[in-house]
Amino acid sequence: MSKLLIENVSRTFPGVRGGAPTRALEPVSITVGDNDFVTILGPSGCGKSTLLRMVAGLDIPTTGQILLDRQPVADPGPDRGMVFQSYTLFPWLTVAENVAFGLREKGVPAAERGRIAGEWLDRVGLTAFAEHYPKQLSGGMQQRTAIARALANEPAILLLDEPFGALDNQTRALMQELLLGIWERERKTVLFVTHDIEEAIFLASRVVVMTARPGRIKSEVTVDLPHPRHYTLKTSPEFSRLKAQLTEDIRSEAVLAANR
Amino acid sequence: MKPLAPISNAARVALGILFFVLFFAAWGYATLGGYVSKTFLADPLTMVEEGWLLLSKHGFLADIAITIWRVVGGFVLAAIVAVPLGILMGAYKPIEAFFEPFVSFSRYLPASAFIPLLILWAGIGEMQKLLVIVIGSFFQVVLMVAISVGSVRRDLVEAALTLGARDRGILLRVLIPAAAPDIAEILRLVLGWAWTYVIVAELIGSSSGIGHMIIDSQALLATGQIIFGIIVIGVIGLISDFLFKAANHRLFPWSFP
Repeated sequence: MSKLLIENVSRTFPGVRGGAPTRALEPVSITVGDNDFVTILGPSGCGKSTLLRMVAGLDIPTTGQILLDRQPVADPGPDRGMVFQSYTLFPWLTVAENVAFGLREKGVPAAERGRIAGEWLDRVGLTAFAEHYPKQLSGGMQQRTAIARALANEPAILLLDEPFGALDNQTRALMQELLLGIWERERKTVLFVTHDIEEAIFLASRVVVMTARPGRIKSEVTVDLPHPRHYTLKTSPEFSRLKAQLTEDIRSEAVLAANR
Repeated sequence: MKPLAPISNAARVALGILFFVLFFAAWGYATLGGYVSKTFLADPLTMVEEGWLLLSKHGFLADIAITIWRVVGGFVLAAIVAVPLGILMGAYKPIEAFFEPFVSFSRYLPASAFIPLLILWAGIGEMQKLLVIVIGSFFQVVLMVAISVGSVRRDLVEAALTLGARDRGILLRVLIPAAAPDIAEILRLVLGWAWTYVIVAELIGSSSGIGHMIIDSQALLATGQIIFGIIVIGVIGLISDFLFKAANHRLFPWSFP
């Protein structure tokens, strides 16, 4: 069953000071099934973040429509949880209060909020930091909190916009395993944007490869690797084969993007 | 000295005190050494002596109290209206479009130039002093608060939206807490300016206050008293600044490194 339907969605930004309008995204159609983990892989500036922002309702498609559970998406809402590339924890709230933010907006009573936030902090391994402020946390911890904050709200779909892009390699690998572990347990529907090929394969059940700007869908690759996935998977022959294939796909696009 | 290299706390305090010592030494040298006429500039010792006389014999403490009351009263009156208006202007663009041109214009009207008008309207009583301060600080606070609320990180607002916050939630639980430390800083800054306005108001039409004492002393050529008055203003400013900073640190621990 399809959870999220992206139908012929494109985005053109109006020209600045009479300049030509920028075509950020050509019409794309993507179907995300229930409990699916789809990664969108593309070079920088291909419009993949724009696409995700439109799913979140933070940007409006120029053409096409987006349906979540058959309902058209018009505004941002708690049914689409989002984790941003930048650190977006509220600096004036403690880690636990951050995780409970969405619940508070929903009107969940304080005791219940505390219980749910506690559970999620436990799942991302941050129980000891519940009363800390975000500035006291490392980048990886902040993104773990952001994931917990989005999931505590029980969204229908989780959107992640290069959430580990600013982290160092080791931390990034650990974060991927953590996120995958949560997905394997919760089976949330996830749409994950990245420019990292390994990350795209390791996490996904399906990788959507996009072209350089204006972005189109170049190819779709199903990742048939078994779950639960262990980090050693990244050195397996099957993984290497997929990686070689996607590297080929994305390389020509990266060359295009770099020469423009 | 290396650029931006930190120094120890002890060195910082010692250097800060050293400046005052040198300042008073130079002042004492110029006046006590007879290089500057006593008519124009009293020496430090005379200043302290006249200051003590002011406090003990001439009820200068009452003047200080009334000046502080005026500043705080006028400033609180201005802030009670200016802060909410600034927040609304920063958050809602139509409200900003409505008020901003007028407020920007009014900001450049010098408060001191209103004093003759205010004397006509409100006499030379307390109301006139308060109004000078209100006019001097209100528009500044409104504009600066509007800018600080309007420049709250957009991605924090977007994060709140994806967590289900609606208009009210964005205003009350994102924009206001995010801008709160800035707003406190703005109030601290403008309170400093309010001190200038109150003294000017007291210089022109008043029968009490630090400014009144200073203008009286001018008639008597008591430069020691004038300087003592100015130093008292500086010390009170320093204390209020310190209190404000301490309060900000307590209220917003998350915004300080």
